[in-house]
Amino acid sequence: MTQKSVRILKAALFLLCLLPLGKLTLEVFGVAGMSLGANPIEELIHRFGKWGLNFLLITLAVTPVRHLIGLAWLMRFRRMLGLFAFFYLLMHFLTYAGLDQRFDIPVIVEDVVERPYITIGMTALLLLLPLALTSTNSMMRRLGRRWQKLHRMVYVIAILGVCHFYWQVKQDILEPLIYALILALLLCYRLVVRWRRNRAASRQITRNGHDRIAHTRRTI
Amino acid sequence: MKTKNKIHPWEITSESVYLDRRQFLLAAGLATAAGMTSLALPGQLMAATGDLESVQGPYSTDEPPNSWKDITTYNNFYEFGTAKDDPYDNAQEFRSQPWTVKVSGECDKPGEYHFEDIIGPHTLEDRVYRHRCVEAWSMVVPWVGIPLGDLLKRFDPNSDAKFVRFKTLHDPEQMPGQRRPVLRWPYVEGLTIAEAMHPLTLMVVGVYGKTLPNQNGAPLRLITPWKYGFKGIKSIVEIEFTSRQPHTSWEIANSREYGFYANVNPEVDHPRWSQARERRIGAGVFDEKQPTLMFNGYAEEVAELYAGLDLRKNY
Repeated sequence: MTQKSVRILKAALFLLCLLPLGKLTLEVFGVAGMSLGANPIEELIHRFGKWGLNFLLITLAVTPVRHLIGLAWLMRFRRMLGLFAFFYLLMHFLTYAGLDQRFDIPVIVEDVVERPYITIGMTALLLLLPLALTSTNSMMRRLGRRWQKLHRMVYVIAILGVCHFYWQVKQDILEPLIYALILALLLCYRLVVRWRRNRAASRQITRNGHDRIAHTRRTI
Repeated sequence: MKTKNKIHPWEITSESVYLDRRQFLLAAGLATAAGMTSLALPGQLMAATGDLESVQGPYSTDEPPNSWKDITTYNNFYEFGTAKDDPYDNAQEFRSQPWTVKVSGECDKPGEYHFEDIIGPHTLEDRVYRHRCVEAWSMVVPWVGIPLGDLLKRFDPNSDAKFVRFKTLHDPEQMPGQRRPVLRWPYVEGLTIAEAMHPLTLMVVGVYGKTLPNQNGAPLRLITPWKYGFKGIKSIVEIEFTSRQPHTSWEIANSREYGFYANVNPEVDHPRWSQARERRIGAGVFDEKQPTLMFNGYAEEVAELYAGLDLRKNY
């Protein structure tokens, strides 16, 4: 894939990722009969949250999809997808804090401390912040190997996010269960790949008598 | 023959129309400011002419009622799906007539009663009540119904009748929500006999002077305005007088979060969220939540029912 086509695809993907925001904006202003329904604030919070989770899962799907269908250039778009996950989750928090609680700090603190599903949601967002801040090329260079370690945190963040969704549902857990299932598949894929690499590596050791683990310990 | 009530309470209060207009102007202003044309109208007041004959009942609030649109499209009625717009989307084909209610248990006149037998002898009343959902949102709804106590007395409950148990129709064919075990079907609710006989308690058959839409629990639903909305069981097919406290659907689903009494109480939080404040449906996006009132503002009428009862334990 040429540099130019990557750039064009990136621009197209950027616009695509903005579509949910565009639709929500039209609904907020009631353009062309669109609306957020009778309880617009709750709807807005839920929709931002769900798009944040969607983007987290899409980001986590990049590596497996690249492996399975061999599209190496997919990796070029992963950072943007991850940043959109952060953006939508930040909007999720801001609509909650601003529109729902009107930035009433004591009330928000009480929520975060006393309501476990909000505690874990807030934790996930705070953990996501350093990942977003270190997503620039220069930060990647500066952090080197530690960058990768830091960004593995996204697994924890996704688990916390899905738990947060599951926990706040009143009774019908079907939808968060679907999210949990998809996340489990994406994480299991990584475990399986890692396990197979380790096994292959240990066979190599016995066969060749020298350590090739370092070589096989690439990112999965 | 009952005389048709010419002026309904929501027609006297033009405040709601005024509010709707103000919101429309605000929305239009925002849309224009954003350089867009707004074709959307805010929730309209409809149904100025109803099909039900009713008289004005007591206890009505003078707060502006919610729009017909909000009341009939934002519903919790899990029998038709768990999303708020599912009932509106899935209940339109529901057959609410003919309708029969089975009356049984500790009473002298059990039997199968047709809808007309149930409602016919009574005068329908307009009652504008606050409605507080356990999910911390609220509405004001102009119900049409009869005092439940007047109806129950006709079945001659005996001295062992300490509770009343209600059941919703179980018909997965018509109620797609019942095809998944989200709750234990059929939906069951219950009241103490004192709660059931309280003059605030309504058997509802309409809203805004019109026959109750399917998504709101046609043809018969319960309303206890000082309790969380889930107590207001819909599409009732069974009324049973019992000597023991009934097990209700939400209690069975999660007894830590939903109790038998389910009285609106800003001081007792739901384990997962606060009940101190509520979002009034139809308020603007930038409006504040409002404080929730003890017994949803009906403390003067119902507090004595719970004298000596620990409301923290009996939530």
